[in-house]
Amino acid sequence: MSALSRMTGSEARLFLREPVGAFFALAFPAILILVLGNAIPAFSEPSADLDGELPINLYLPVVLALAIGTVTMTSLLGVLATYRERGVLRRLATTPVKPSALITAQLGVNVAALLIGSALMMLTAVLAFGSRGPENWPALLVAYLLGAAAMTGVALLIAALAPNSRASAGIGTLVYFPMLFFAGVWTPGPMMPEGARQVADFTPLGAASQAMQAAWSGDWPQPLHLAVTAAYAAVTCALAVRLFRWQ
Amino acid sequence: MAVIEVNGLTKRYGDRTVVNGLSFTVAEGEIFGILGENGAGKTTTVECIAGLRTPDSGSITVLGLDARRDHEKLRGLVGVQLQESQLQDRLRVGEAMQLYASFYPHPADWRELLASVGLTEHVDKPYAKLSGGQKQRLSIALALVGNPRVAILDELTTGLDPRARREIWKLIRAIRDRGVTVLLVTHFMDEAERLCDRLAVLVDGRLAALDTPAGLVAGVGDVDGYRANLEDAFLALTAASPLDSRAGA
Repeated sequence: MSALSRMTGSEARLFLREPVGAFFALAFPAILILVLGNAIPAFSEPSADLDGELPINLYLPVVLALAIGTVTMTSLLGVLATYRERGVLRRLATTPVKPSALITAQLGVNVAALLIGSALMMLTAVLAFGSRGPENWPALLVAYLLGAAAMTGVALLIAALAPNSRASAGIGTLVYFPMLFFAGVWTPGPMMPEGARQVADFTPLGAASQAMQAAWSGDWPQPLHLAVTAAYAAVTCALAVRLFRWQ
Repeated sequence: MAVIEVNGLTKRYGDRTVVNGLSFTVAEGEIFGILGENGAGKTTTVECIAGLRTPDSGSITVLGLDARRDHEKLRGLVGVQLQESQLQDRLRVGEAMQLYASFYPHPADWRELLASVGLTEHVDKPYAKLSGGQKQRLSIALALVGNPRVAILDELTTGLDPRARREIWKLIRAIRDRGVTVLLVTHFMDEAERLCDRLAVLVDGRLAALDTPAGLVAGVGDVDGYRANLEDAFLALTAASPLDSRAGA
């Protein structure tokens, strides 16, 4: 077994030992859907305004965006900043294994947690409310992965620029809540005001959310939204690789 | 044979020169101590030797390899214990040892090593629950788990009680007896005197003296009617430092 796979196993164990982080990444999206569907009865009744569509179905791609934002801005970002601050990366730099292996292991663990949390959420919606899945699976996967890559890049960049873990957590929070707003967490689908939507088009999570909403209803996402998420992913990752300090 | 050769090492942070033209060699199987006041450049020196920092000028070879250029190769041959380098809070002692052992081609028996630093009963304890001294002992064990040919140990026994310090000294002598060369940073005089074969005393980033502990003491006459010890010798060497004159003013 390679050092990287052993390290990934070890980081996965540590991830599960952190109950709050594991809860928000794995269970929270599903629980949110359950709570919304049960608390607001109209959410899970076919709506005449939406041609007989369940309103909750409009919310599922938004919750996927929320899951992406939560894992990248809290779980991943928190770990990266603390590992540098506490000298975990510095110690690894003295062994035959590079500190970048630990970052790779963390990325792997967080991506896996995100995928599991998203799958649980969709399964819950189908089983509890009879929701339908996305009509355009390939488009949804593309939009989801691009959105996850863009937000991962943003997390890496914040970790690279922030002087310490407190600053990094603060910046993470300052990015997290506006991102959720532009993703439509409070104003899903057609409820988002037009002005806000124009800004959302150019935010990584807002663009990803709209691309996923289009895919859910069977369309292909607007090229603008895919381009915006791809550009964020490319630029933030490239900058983070250049700027990241290992100690 | 010289295992570590430092030649004209100079390191600056901004316009502050932290290490200034430092040269010394460490022989195979030697326990070599670096002694100095806070800010004398001890940690920067060992970080350069460990290949973690690039010197501004001068050269460093370890086992005949360039400390910075051949860092990749040296990482498997040199065990390093750094100050203020922690582990993940929820990582358990045994898991850490097993994980780090897996990084090296010919690791030591990690259970045996854990026993020699007195941590066997804490094998299942998470890192965050360890006391300061236990963390320090784990850190030393991790530096030795790869069966290194050279061990670099910064602030070896800081935070340990007297009994634990003596246990660590015994361990360091035992690994030296297996042929490992040990470079350690300390600010404890008794540790330097009992453990080190030779000492380099740093003052403001320069080499103020390089000798055996006995040789350093012999250079100082009686102090206040008592026979001088290593601390007297150290104080005599560092007395001229600007840090002291400021403090005395």
